[in-house]
Amino acid sequence: MTLNGWLQILVYCGIVVLLVKPLGFYMYRVFNGDRTFLSPVLGPIERGLYRISGTSEREEQHWTSYAAGIMFFSLASFLVLYFLQRLQGVLPYNPAGMTAVEPNLAFNTAVSFPTNTNWQNYGGESTMSYLVQMAGLTVQNFMSAAVGIAIAVALIRGFARASVKSIGNFWVDMTRCTLYILLPLCIVLTLVYVWLGMPQTLGPYVDATTLEGAKQTIALGPVASQVAIKMLGTNGGGFFNANAAHPFENPDAISNLIQMVSIFALGAALTNVFGRMVGNQRQGWAILAAMGVLFIAGVAVCYWAEASGNPLVHALGIDGGNMEGKETRFGIALSALFAVITTAASCGAVNAMHDSFTAIGGLIPILNMQLGEVIVGGVGAGFYGILMFIIVAVFVAGLMVGRTPEYLGKKIEAKEVKMAMLAILCLPLAMLIFTAIAVVLPTGVASMANAGPHGFSEVLYAYTSAAANNGSAFGGLTGNTPWYNITLGIGMLMGRFLVIIPALAIAGSLVAKKTVPASAGTFPTDGPLFVGLLVGVILIVVGLTFFPALAIGPIVEHLAMINGQTF
Amino acid sequence: MSQSKSASIMDARILWPAIGGAFRKLNPRTLIKNPVMFVVAIVSLLTSVLFVRDLLTGGGDFSFTLQIIIWLWFTVLFANFAEAVAEGRGKAQADSLRKARTETQAKLLTGDDRTKFKLVPGTSLKVGDAVLVEAGDIIPSDGEVIEGVASVNEAAITGESAPVIRESGGDRSAVTGGTQVLSDWIRVRITAASGHTFLDRMISLVEGAARQKTPNEIALNILLVGMTLIFVLATATIPSFAAYSGGYISVTMLVALFVTLIPTTIGALLSAIGIAGMDRLVRFNVLAMSGRAVEAAGDVDTLLLDKTGTITLGNRQATEFRPVKGVTEQELADAAQLASLADETPEGRSIVVLAKEKYGIRARDMATLHATFVPFTAQTRMSGVDIDGSSIRKGAVDSVLAHVNQSISAGSGARPASDAVRDLQAIADEIGKSGGTPLAVERDGRLLGVVHLKDIVKGGIRERFAELRKMGIRTVMITGDNPMTAAAIAAEAGVDDFLAQATPEDKLKLIRDEQAKGKLVAMCGDGTNDAPALAQADVGVAMNTGTVAAREAGNMVDLDSDPTKLIEIVEIGKALLMTRGSLTTFSIANDVAKYFAIIPAIFAVFYVAPGQTSGPLQALNIMHLATPQSAILSAIIFNALIIIALIPLSLRGVKYRAIGAGALLSRNLLIYGLGGIIVPFVGIKLIDMIITAVGLA
Repeated sequence: MTLNGWLQILVYCGIVVLLVKPLGFYMYRVFNGDRTFLSPVLGPIERGLYRISGTSEREEQHWTSYAAGIMFFSLASFLVLYFLQRLQGVLPYNPAGMTAVEPNLAFNTAVSFPTNTNWQNYGGESTMSYLVQMAGLTVQNFMSAAVGIAIAVALIRGFARASVKSIGNFWVDMTRCTLYILLPLCIVLTLVYVWLGMPQTLGPYVDATTLEGAKQTIALGPVASQVAIKMLGTNGGGFFNANAAHPFENPDAISNLIQMVSIFALGAALTNVFGRMVGNQRQGWAILAAMGVLFIAGVAVCYWAEASGNPLVHALGIDGGNMEGKETRFGIALSALFAVITTAASCGAVNAMHDSFTAIGGLIPILNMQLGEVIVGGVGAGFYGILMFIIVAVFVAGLMVGRTPEYLGKKIEAKEVKMAMLAILCLPLAMLIFTAIAVVLPTGVASMANAGPHGFSEVLYAYTSAAANNGSAFGGLTGNTPWYNITLGIGMLMGRFLVIIPALAIAGSLVAKKTVPASAGTFPTDGPLFVGLLVGVILIVVGLTFFPALAIGPIVEHLAMINGQTF
Repeated sequence: MSQSKSASIMDARILWPAIGGAFRKLNPRTLIKNPVMFVVAIVSLLTSVLFVRDLLTGGGDFSFTLQIIIWLWFTVLFANFAEAVAEGRGKAQADSLRKARTETQAKLLTGDDRTKFKLVPGTSLKVGDAVLVEAGDIIPSDGEVIEGVASVNEAAITGESAPVIRESGGDRSAVTGGTQVLSDWIRVRITAASGHTFLDRMISLVEGAARQKTPNEIALNILLVGMTLIFVLATATIPSFAAYSGGYISVTMLVALFVTLIPTTIGALLSAIGIAGMDRLVRFNVLAMSGRAVEAAGDVDTLLLDKTGTITLGNRQATEFRPVKGVTEQELADAAQLASLADETPEGRSIVVLAKEKYGIRARDMATLHATFVPFTAQTRMSGVDIDGSSIRKGAVDSVLAHVNQSISAGSGARPASDAVRDLQAIADEIGKSGGTPLAVERDGRLLGVVHLKDIVKGGIRERFAELRKMGIRTVMITGDNPMTAAAIAAEAGVDDFLAQATPEDKLKLIRDEQAKGKLVAMCGDGTNDAPALAQADVGVAMNTGTVAAREAGNMVDLDSDPTKLIEIVEIGKALLMTRGSLTTFSIANDVAKYFAIIPAIFAVFYVAPGQTSGPLQALNIMHLATPQSAILSAIIFNALIIIALIPLSLRGVKYRAIGAGALLSRNLLIYGLGGIIVPFVGIKLIDMIITAVGLA
């Protein structure tokens, strides 16, 4: 580890923290329906959209209607995306002449994008037409992000409001999120990316003749615009197969920094939106602090592991850290940082190959996703994810101050605990069960690139990434097989909707409750004690769930490596 | 049933029946009420069946498997034992109560004449029957005194041997079946049929037979079931991982891992904690009608306390005589003493005492003075005497003034000097402001002055309120006094707020207002007019001396009829919730050490490098447990024994300290969270050393 490396990491953290308040303030006003500096331009568009779709911002929904809206919208998204892929051969904007995507890959991709996973069992430049990339994938990048944020805001309203039935209007929340937050930011980011040298064109691929005289086809396309939302919406689905390691998707250190910041920006700001909505910004900062502790710890371990490198390689007389699978323009520090960020949030973009990380360096991304991506997390998803853990934490700890548990004045009772446990339970269900089946199934094992613990980690990573709706791949695993296409798809669906429905049910239950005023007898949830408690609960619950699996994957690989054993 | 009778677990009277109970509770229908232990029982049964199969077919490590199975069953039995012990303590109390429920003969009245009755068995009485109970008789069932006054020994239920007075009308009309009339006679209307009396209810409550899971217990159970399911996933996927890694893990080992991981500690002790919480109240002579009420007590935000008897000593005392101008103190004292001679109220008696002590005025005989006593009525709000055409009245200042004005208009008195009126009011205001009660005295329409009656605030009550404030509880004093007086006493006693000139309706409104703000309210009361408020409050403690209506409305009954107990009730409620949370935290924190014991033990067979005896994961055996078998056995033994070790704590409860929620949480997190991580490391290592030394594994 170098001082330079740590300075870059700290500069990154500083920028994210500085953005929290202004972005939080703006988002808070947007979701409250207050006037913002963009209202003169966007207000008429917003109202026009409501008129066309026959809804109104005054029409508030019960949680069941809100959830029904999301389910309906997601199903429609799935169908559109599926048929766009199947029919791309006959549709326009297909200069490379791509043929129809085969059914189970199309299924996997059609599930992947609306669930904000963006797992890619295909190479973008060799499978998808421009139309699918833009009208299908990029649109879903926006929509799935807006859905996530809308759910988080609805859940926040559960805490902020008292003794009412409605948690907001899904269509309004989603429209506002897209119109006022995602679109303007993406336009600015796209222009910056173009300035930094990213392609943005609808023209065909370019043929070049190399110095050796060979002919090379250079893939182009509307890259900058997709990268903007891919990062901001924590989608992570790359335009190119190499994702953010590709020079056209991530040309230099500046674009790398902007991309990393935009992954965390909205998720971190949501904690401030939460604080503002419940009337105490410290509550939001406390949650962000808990996320921050987990984040820094992850970065420290991952960076240390990568910087330390592999003793077996050192024995061959090659010193230094582990540079395998990393881009020289980013180096060890920024590759490790990027890996931790992308898995802490449910982004899934990669600027280095996680498969080539050391065992411990690779364990951190897996653990991050197994935590349910609650460290800032996917836009919205990370926030409602951590609220599930908060419910469990205050339930147990709240009892220890001699009161029945409460959080922000809302009593945490059987219904909330049931739903939170359901949400927490669905992740290991998808991650562990599918892994357990895949590692003993011949088709499952056949896709592994490595034997032994590393092969196990590849499969564990894949299902973990799918269920956590992350979408990054460990690499190595050949995912485009019927078995993986289908099961990963199911994993993504479970990880998305089995969390969303309980989260909204909690919102519906909380919003109807009275708010109990805080007293000297209620334990403060905006201080270091709460931060420590939350971190402890998250680590213990998740650690206990995944310890056996991690022991058989990265941990045994690491211990074996120390002993000089390789697989 | 006094507090001294508390029985320890080691008491043979509790221990032996509890051991029997532990086995009886293996009945699946009983077990299923406790989901975590039910799961343990199922996997124990599964392992046992597999063991028998292995025994018949041969093969396997019998000694090891057998030991695991034995400890698995012990885990279930220990949990049952914990519950049986908690119930046993209640049963001992129930038995002493049952003695009071002996078969009695009742004198069923056939008409209005109290000499005409027939003897019937007490159990045949119906609600509405009227019975006669005379000196020496046991009251056959719960009822309300409709005629007469009697002294009653209620030791059977309260443990207090001093007799209490029960009389018709008023707030002391309720009698309890099983108590004994010591003197006089009363006519009682039966209000509860046999089997539904207060005593019956008490018995079933202390026995735990009527126990239902409280809302928080249900929620906690859901959490525990959720944790159990997570560990089902964590362990059920291991065989496949093992197969991939080229190893095999036996069902016994998996079951051992599973049982040590699921929250058996809290699962085993949860119902014992609940029963013990109710039991602590019973020992404290408070009977909670439901566990929900005890839980609510821990959550109370606002405490409504009656001023009289709770904050101040039951009665006000005369402390000085303040004459108006032109009247001597002696003259005022003399009149006040005369007016109070026949007044049996504590205030009246204190006037007589003060007159004697300060002015040497001796008590006089009413008869020789030809004096007739005019008792206090709610209409006149005055009392006094009429002596040979002269009249003396004392009472509330405005009533006495009104009376004086009335007698003037009736022409029977001299016009009072406006100076005297002003003077009187000035004195009264001054007394009122200081928290005292002014009692005006007049003789034949002439204002004499004011007696200063003072409320004596109980010693130490101020400190109690400060403590409550630290607990986050707001205290509100309820009084019939005027706002000025109330404010002065409130300030002296240190309550947070007060409700002056409170009517029952005001009280009910206050409770509703607080509840609308999301607060939980506790109060106590005894009168029939308290009943609506008692029913509305989240914790309503009815005094045992109170009316039937009050006792029905509240969700707790205080057998000692001591309103200050509300404070302790809140503490007991908090202790109950804390015990639950602390043991849950402890239980989950324990798992860390158990993983470090079992995972290396069962995973060390994977990826063994050539020339080595164990694989890389052996490095996780940071406790250096002797062998895989000893490691697993130690973990499962620790898991079972910790249940027994924590029974005393779950019965006693984690003590509540009013040190602020943050401090309390960090303290408990340190003890039960951090302690919960460290203790099993030490415990498992010790057990491992012992079983290795004796050669069990």
